[in-house]
Amino acid sequence: MTTTTADHLLARVRDLLAAHPPAGTDRTAFLRARFDAGLAWVHYPEGLGGLGAPRSLQAVVDAELEAAGAPDNDPRRIGIGLGMAAPTILAYGTDEQKRRFLRPLWVGEEVWCQLFSEPGAGSDLAALGTRAVRESGSGDWIVDGQKVWTSSAHTARWAILIARTDPGLPKHRGITYFLCDMHAPGVEVRPLRQITGEAEFNEVFLTGVRIPDSHRLGAVGEGWAVARTTLMNERVSIGGMRIPREGGMIAPVAAAWRDRPELRTHALHQRLLELWVEAEVARLTGERLRQQLVAGQPGPEGSGMKLTFARLNQEISGLEVELLAEEGLLYDDWTMRRPDGVDFTGREAGYRYLRAKGNSIEGGTSEILLNIVAERVLGLPPEPRDDKDLAWKDLSR
Amino acid sequence: MTTAAAPTDLLYSQAEEELRSAVRALLADRCDAKGVLDRAETGRPHDPALWHTLAARIGAAGLLVPEKLGGQGASHREAAVVLEELGRAVAPVPYLTSSVLATEILLGCDTAEAAPLLRELASGSTVCVPAVPLTLAPGAPLPAPVQDFGGGVLTGTVTSVADAVAADVLLVLADTGLYAVPATAVRLTPRIPLDLTRPLATITLEAAAGTRLADAGTARAAIAGALLSGAGLLASEQLGLAEWCLTETVGHVRGRHQFNRPVGSFQALKHRLARLWLDVASARAAARAAADALAAEAPDAPLTVAVAQAYCSGVAVRAAEECVQLHGGIGMTWEHPAHLYLKRAKADSLALGTAGHHRGLVADFAELPAP
Repeated sequence: MTTTTADHLLARVRDLLAAHPPAGTDRTAFLRARFDAGLAWVHYPEGLGGLGAPRSLQAVVDAELEAAGAPDNDPRRIGIGLGMAAPTILAYGTDEQKRRFLRPLWVGEEVWCQLFSEPGAGSDLAALGTRAVRESGSGDWIVDGQKVWTSSAHTARWAILIARTDPGLPKHRGITYFLCDMHAPGVEVRPLRQITGEAEFNEVFLTGVRIPDSHRLGAVGEGWAVARTTLMNERVSIGGMRIPREGGMIAPVAAAWRDRPELRTHALHQRLLELWVEAEVARLTGERLRQQLVAGQPGPEGSGMKLTFARLNQEISGLEVELLAEEGLLYDDWTMRRPDGVDFTGREAGYRYLRAKGNSIEGGTSEILLNIVAERVLGLPPEPRDDKDLAWKDLSR
Repeated sequence: MTTAAAPTDLLYSQAEEELRSAVRALLADRCDAKGVLDRAETGRPHDPALWHTLAARIGAAGLLVPEKLGGQGASHREAAVVLEELGRAVAPVPYLTSSVLATEILLGCDTAEAAPLLRELASGSTVCVPAVPLTLAPGAPLPAPVQDFGGGVLTGTVTSVADAVAADVLLVLADTGLYAVPATAVRLTPRIPLDLTRPLATITLEAAAGTRLADAGTARAAIAGALLSGAGLLASEQLGLAEWCLTETVGHVRGRHQFNRPVGSFQALKHRLARLWLDVASARAAARAAADALAAEAPDAPLTVAVAQAYCSGVAVRAAEECVQLHGGIGMTWEHPAHLYLKRAKADSLALGTAGHHRGLVADFAELPAP
């Protein structure tokens, strides 16, 4: 285990900046050099974008590079790759897979998407029916099925994919995890227009898609365990954003309240203050969670942050529409667009209100997350279930 | 506008955890719910022997007092940990009133006359409570002072004084300054309190003689500062109380069977308890932030305290109400301690300012004015 100090990292940052002055360096070239210097995600192993340093030191590196005007890798655009694909490949990938995929992923040259959810398997994700059948001669896998709610599928070069490889086993045991080439024949991406009017998500149809066995992640039939690594990282990345006091969704409401006294009513004032306090407490809770992580005492609070932010975002954005009175009746633009990334707080109040409705659905519904908190944090007994020992093919659908 | 938050330490230090263990062990040993209830029913809820051990042997009474005045020279962070544990046990000890409010008033006066009394408070040998209503809030106008008819001979009435029955000395705000008045010099009328574990009394001064500790201006500022500290630290008592209610309720629904299943396996209950857990985790961050801001004398401490009070009051009440509800009929009985927690939580939600009052303060500090 390498022990790397902040001073050591800052010295490496200075070397990187000296060798590749941000002003005169191509963006992609700079990001590749940063990856190769082990300054991409410092807690990753050497040679894979990191230096095996404590994760907490990443902030030191990021601040120093930002101050020097270095380009960033636009994490919002490539969030699925960074937050979900990368940690899973790191945990389960072969050396060859790690070398092949991690650098272009981090640099943003290759965008990733996630082919997990299906029309018949949302919260009950392990019920998925997309099939992967192994071809006897080549050893390749042939995939058929349909996925849904796929952010970035239209810009993605690669996907993490889970598919059923043995329908005769109980549903959690017959799943295998693959890395799927989104340019392969048989992959068809169709925009899925949502309540905001834009198409941030897609449906993905997979028809006879060929995946070489070298793009399998983890053992055959072990895909559920691999997928759990992905999902755990997804929730951490959703809840883990650091925000200043009065940052996030409360900011535009507070600003409107200060700037436009004619909108103020006593009833709205009470609700605004309650939500302002709750937003501040949520910020402090997130800050406490980060301090626990840095101190090496990770608490279970992470499971809760997504729940809190989903509820708060919905309540605050709903209040904002009401506060705006007549303007709240209007919407900025219903044109169907396919954005490159997700912007929860972008655009106007009506958009924020509608987009926030997804916060309690995407990345695990609030109902499922409450079950997880109840069972894993509080130790409450699971609900009785009858799908655990039945073969997937015998389950009702 | 609100200023940028200073670096805040929201965790517990090793020393704080050791202090917690000592207080928790003492309370587990000497402050069980049945004992609390039995004493409360006699109308004398305080346990002087428990207080002596907590105050003198553990040294909890002097945490906020500098070492040169015989205290521990610790901070609000440590006092907050003590209050978490006292909240968990609904312990009937005059800690909030004597070791926080009265102590902070005396520290705020910073006079030679206040020093000897501070030493006695720090050692736990004297219990001293401020003669103000428990509902008095930071940022609210102070009540009309009692009258000094000359030479510190005081006349007037103060209602809803918490822990007065346990006090040796009362801190009385008169028009001419702050006075230490021996409890024996006043008429004390106990009232029947909603919270059986924090008794209330009306105090009547009829030409009572006191020792002057500070002038009126100094005294008013000291009281305002003490109310801020008290409100900030009360959040930790509310946190501890809420945590006990959650733990106790989770334990109950895991073991209690109905319809051939543990009731805790029903999703409707699981979701309620998961939400309550989230609220308690959030209350911990809010309460720690307040304690840390007070300890650091941070410029935004008044806002952080108001946020903590506006939030933690509601969480404690909700936790106690859920505790009663999810215990079913058992939760409505006198013998189960849930009611002691509900009564403390509800009374705490009025003490040192309601959530609504503190939201009003947030409106001022965050510049979100009323219409």
